[in-house]
Amino acid sequence: MRKDEFWEGVRGGFPIMLAASPFGALFGALAVDNGFTIADTVFMSATVYAGASQMVGIELFGNHVQPWLVVLSVFAVNFRHVLYSASIAKYIRHFTPIQKFFAFFLLVDPQYAETEKRGERGLPVTFPWYLGFGLVIYFPWIFNTLLGAIFGQMIGDPKAIGLDVLLPIYFLGLVMGFRKRDRFLPIVAVSAIASVAGMHFVGSPWHVSIGALAGVLLAACLPPTGTVAAPPVAIEKEA
Amino acid sequence: MDPQHLNLIYLIIAAAVATFVTRIGGYVLITQMKQIPPRLEAALNAVPAAVLTTLVAPAFVYGGFDVAVSMFVAFAIALGLNLSTLRMLVIGWVVVMLLRHLVL
Repeated sequence: MRKDEFWEGVRGGFPIMLAASPFGALFGALAVDNGFTIADTVFMSATVYAGASQMVGIELFGNHVQPWLVVLSVFAVNFRHVLYSASIAKYIRHFTPIQKFFAFFLLVDPQYAETEKRGERGLPVTFPWYLGFGLVIYFPWIFNTLLGAIFGQMIGDPKAIGLDVLLPIYFLGLVMGFRKRDRFLPIVAVSAIASVAGMHFVGSPWHVSIGALAGVLLAACLPPTGTVAAPPVAIEKEA
Repeated sequence: MDPQHLNLIYLIIAAAVATFVTRIGGYVLITQMKQIPPRLEAALNAVPAAVLTTLVAPAFVYGGFDVAVSMFVAFAIALGLNLSTLRMLVIGWVVVMLLRHLVL
């Protein structure tokens, strides 16, 4: 029975793993391009295991941003996970402490979405199911990072093969994923203007904190909309 | 291992710990707090879009003509056809490669 649940999780996570694979490889190639060794790159995928924030991390590291700001930005990009773990708390309360440790470590966007869906339907959220779903995404993510990093190291000039446009477009895609949220346009407009102004008048890397702070402050200052916030399933496919 | 590389390892470990804190944080909070104040929730909701925008806008403005064009084309097509991020990346990449190797 328990074994069946594990394999059910593996089957559920398999398509997500396929969808996330190019991003793992992309991360690997770009990380090497930003000054990481292959070992650093794989180490980051295995320990941080949060695609979008890993991309943010290497981008800022490549621009010689101060370490505390890199960590803060990773924290900020991953902040949505706080909402995830709060939301699935009711379904995984029966896990043992060690099981919870692994469950939270593996809590990527699709893992959250699927756990929530399963719990809402009244299906049991068991640890074997959760682990099967999580691991079939986790290990290929590391492997694809390695492949991408090896590939990245073979490339001489990343600009000649167009690698340099991929990160900004990737981040643009992520931003667009949040467009259903309250106050999306004003927040993005203010952050965009403030970050460009910050880049112009203060310089990199301060444009990141200046722009982000402007958008967040705006969101806090605008009158509440009264609508219930949609469940945070914005960055679905990027692990 | 030279000190600079060691610093990168520490940085990755710090990023991993920060990420884990976000993943366990909600569970810990929900067992402590009954409700999040609405303005705090609005601010938290705005964090990802606000942070990610700061990585897009300056690249668009200062990244050069070819980067700006490829970003715009990828954005317009992805928005119009509701494409995935992966397809958007492919479009942007094709545009920048055409601009760099055939046009400019």
